[in-house]
Amino acid sequence: MTTLNTQSPTAPGRVAARGRRQSHIVADSITMLRRNLLHIVRYPGLTIFVIGAPVVFLLLFVFVFGGTLGAGLPGVDPAGGREAYLAYVMPGILVMTIAGTAGGAATTVAMDMTEGITARFRTMAISRAAVLTGHVLGNTIQAFLAVAVVLGVALLVGFRPSAGPGEWLAAVGLIALIAFAISWVAIGMGMQAKSVETASNQPLLFLLLPFIGSGFVPTESMPGWLQGFAQYQPFTPFIETTRGLLLGTPLGWYPPFAIGWCIVLAIGGYVWSVAIYERKSVR
Amino acid sequence: MSTAAIDARGLRKSYGPKVVLDDLGLTVATGTVTALLGPNGAGKTTIMTILSTLVRADAGSAVVAGSDVARNPDGVRAAIGLTGQFSAVDGLLTGEENLLLMARLRHLGPKRSKTRVAELLEQFDLTEAARKPLSTYSGGMQRRLDLAMTLVSTPSVIFLDEPTTGLDPRSRHTMWDIVRGLVADGTTVLLTTQYLEEADELADRIAVLDGGRIVAEGRPDELKRRVPGGHVRLRFADAAALDAAAHLFAASARDDAGLALTVPTDAGVGALRALLDSLDRAHLEVDDLSIHTPDLDDVFFALTGRVDTKGTES
Repeated sequence: MTTLNTQSPTAPGRVAARGRRQSHIVADSITMLRRNLLHIVRYPGLTIFVIGAPVVFLLLFVFVFGGTLGAGLPGVDPAGGREAYLAYVMPGILVMTIAGTAGGAATTVAMDMTEGITARFRTMAISRAAVLTGHVLGNTIQAFLAVAVVLGVALLVGFRPSAGPGEWLAAVGLIALIAFAISWVAIGMGMQAKSVETASNQPLLFLLLPFIGSGFVPTESMPGWLQGFAQYQPFTPFIETTRGLLLGTPLGWYPPFAIGWCIVLAIGGYVWSVAIYERKSVR
Repeated sequence: MSTAAIDARGLRKSYGPKVVLDDLGLTVATGTVTALLGPNGAGKTTIMTILSTLVRADAGSAVVAGSDVARNPDGVRAAIGLTGQFSAVDGLLTGEENLLLMARLRHLGPKRSKTRVAELLEQFDLTEAARKPLSTYSGGMQRRLDLAMTLVSTPSVIFLDEPTTGLDPRSRHTMWDIVRGLVADGTTVLLTTQYLEEADELADRIAVLDGGRIVAEGRPDELKRRVPGGHVRLRFADAAALDAAAHLFAASARDDAGLALTVPTDAGVGALRALLDSLDRAHLEVDDLSIHTPDLDDVFFALTGRVDTKGTES
């Protein structure tokens, strides 16, 4: 009765087992995603913060700094500075909203790693990637929610994108891709952190990058040595592609660069986090 | 064929210079309960983590439920359940959601998941609290849920790492009944405990662990027999009586402060009668008499080299 033939020595058996496992990765990832979504519902504090912070940033940059910063933009009539700056800063704020969820994702993962339930997952025949994928997808959805709210507030205060349906669709796709890529890196950062308290430190880098890119001021206004970095770091292509799609500015080489960065970040983050997950013993 | 459900050989594990497991071997027959008994730091939890594929051994091999823990960990994982020392439940979900999560991860399918979860809630007396958040659960309820989660897929081998630590006596008895029920259904159980009573109550075999080695292994009564701890303790009203009695029983040990005398005996009725007869003949009044039969405490202390704290020889 207790003869457990889990390992089939025959080759067809092994192939079947592999096929079964592959389908389990998807099913398990969805199960884990459901769990993470329930967490978001039950523990909304982090989500509220993740959404609230960029809204505050948006209002701050438009109503406090907007008049002056907008007047400094090339080719803008100083009288209409605030409206011009709202349009200019929005893509940066949207991308920063995505970046802001990284801190939440890292904290959530770091917390989860200390929980007994994660130890239980390890003793079950669940794909390692599924546990992490659940976190990544959960955070991607959370980022989407945050972007939608921030965009809503922006529309309320007068943001008027010129995008048609095609551009909107592309923008949504791009935002999903960026959120997915950043989430994988954030998960790695959270797992690598020595404690829950320090987990949100590294992702702060993501919040800084839009500033050293084209998010808040054109990179041309920066000193030459900084421009080189600002032009090519991931956030400038992210922001410029979003800007091009929503406001019709020239896209140039930005879209392939943005997608390339997403792929690099996603793959790098995936490999990194799975490696840490394998290595890290719970206790 | 009577294959062992757990067969571990030559397991070694060190963390830095600290040797946690030192050439440890352990066999658990299918459908039996083995208790690992040992003080803190003896290596009990380390064995559990290695056998449940959480941690890799530095050396040695282990086969659990027919699969090698190092070569086919997923095979092991599909057949085992672990309920650890630390609560392995999701605190943000309800009891029912926790069980459903496990059912999904064990790929039971939506229909079987539902019936299995309902079954377990009923069996573990959690139906009423099923939809309440875990923050409202008592320690005993959480532990029951924890074990219920382990049992969702009816694993053939279950590891229980200190399953009743921190539980009140009633919850502990409930847990024992549950474990007995599992064994009646043919499940193999390996449990660790610091409670000698627990090992005595539940286990078919006990392995006494100390410093990463098994220092003794056998049935509870076999282990008890290995320790000659039976004695009768006599207390007297004054020192004179104690003196006289000490002369009477040559092999005895005296405790002057307590006016007591410990006389080794096998605690049988005949030996006891002989002892009382000699006291009578010497006209010695005994204030108090207590009989001490060897229990697992004695086994534990004798085998792990600890000082018997309630010792008779001061």
